[in-house]
Amino acid sequence: MANHDTGAHKSHGGSFKSYLIGFLLSIVLTIIPLVVVLNDMMSRNATLIVILAMAVLQFLVQLFFFMHIRDEEKPRYNLMTLILAVVILLTIVAGSIWIMTYNMTAG
Amino acid sequence: MAHAASHHDHDHGHHDQEELKTFGFWIFLMTDCILFATLFATFVVLRLNTSGGPTAEELFSMPGIIAETFILLTSSFTSGLAVLSMQKGDKKGLIGWLIVTLALGIAFVTMEITEFVHMVHEGATISTSGFLSSFFTLVGAHGLHVSIGIVWMIALVLQLARRGITSVTKRKVTIISLYWHFLDVVWIFVFTVVYLMGVM
Repeated sequence: MANHDTGAHKSHGGSFKSYLIGFLLSIVLTIIPLVVVLNDMMSRNATLIVILAMAVLQFLVQLFFFMHIRDEEKPRYNLMTLILAVVILLTIVAGSIWIMTYNMTAG
Repeated sequence: MAHAASHHDHDHGHHDQEELKTFGFWIFLMTDCILFATLFATFVVLRLNTSGGPTAEELFSMPGIIAETFILLTSSFTSGLAVLSMQKGDKKGLIGWLIVTLALGIAFVTMEITEFVHMVHEGATISTSGFLSSFFTLVGAHGLHVSIGIVWMIALVLQLARRGITSVTKRKVTIISLYWHFLDVVWIFVFTVVYLMGVM
């Protein structure tokens, strides 16, 4: 019973500390790309890499600290559907960019 | 003891069903993710096609966008605090944090609408260029999601005030907080891909 309770708590749990850490990390990860872009600190490509990396990191921070994907019990269906969605997402976005950049017949 | 065990079994069955509904909502979020993927792909492909109209750099004013970003980020945090209060059985705290989240959500949507109205007044409408069509569709779709979340959260606050924290309202709060975190994640990418890449 006690075991079951902690399990239930864990599945969408988290503590104040984990929410606070997530919040602070998100703020830092928002400020870094802002500073880089608004002060023109890097070359175009470097800026692009930095801001996209910060966005992906912040996505992971929210996933771990706010959505508690780590606490899920097996079988990890939430994680599996997430991975499926990310694969489809990357295919659509990268595929569209690729086909419109390198395969224009009228351009 | 036997009674306690059967009571537990009953609870467990109910718990599983609510868990299943939460998972169902998660699957919806993942499909919504794919919807946004198509909008992002369209925007990225069309973002330089300004057709003689205003460009991203001319149009976006970053102070407002930065404020919107931090407002939504904070609301994602406060919706998490609402869930935390719920787990402690603190109904007042739960409703309080949901109302804070709502206020921040309403502030976000108000700022976004003001921004859109301002853009349209400057002649940057949805039919001006491919860039602006995809911009209004993508950012508008996100704003619409937040607006729906606001209406839904108001309804949930009313229900919580009447019924208190039950296994059903618990599941509903869990779901709406997932939805809210998801909208914040989408906004991070809107902020990065639309605004930061637009002005860099």
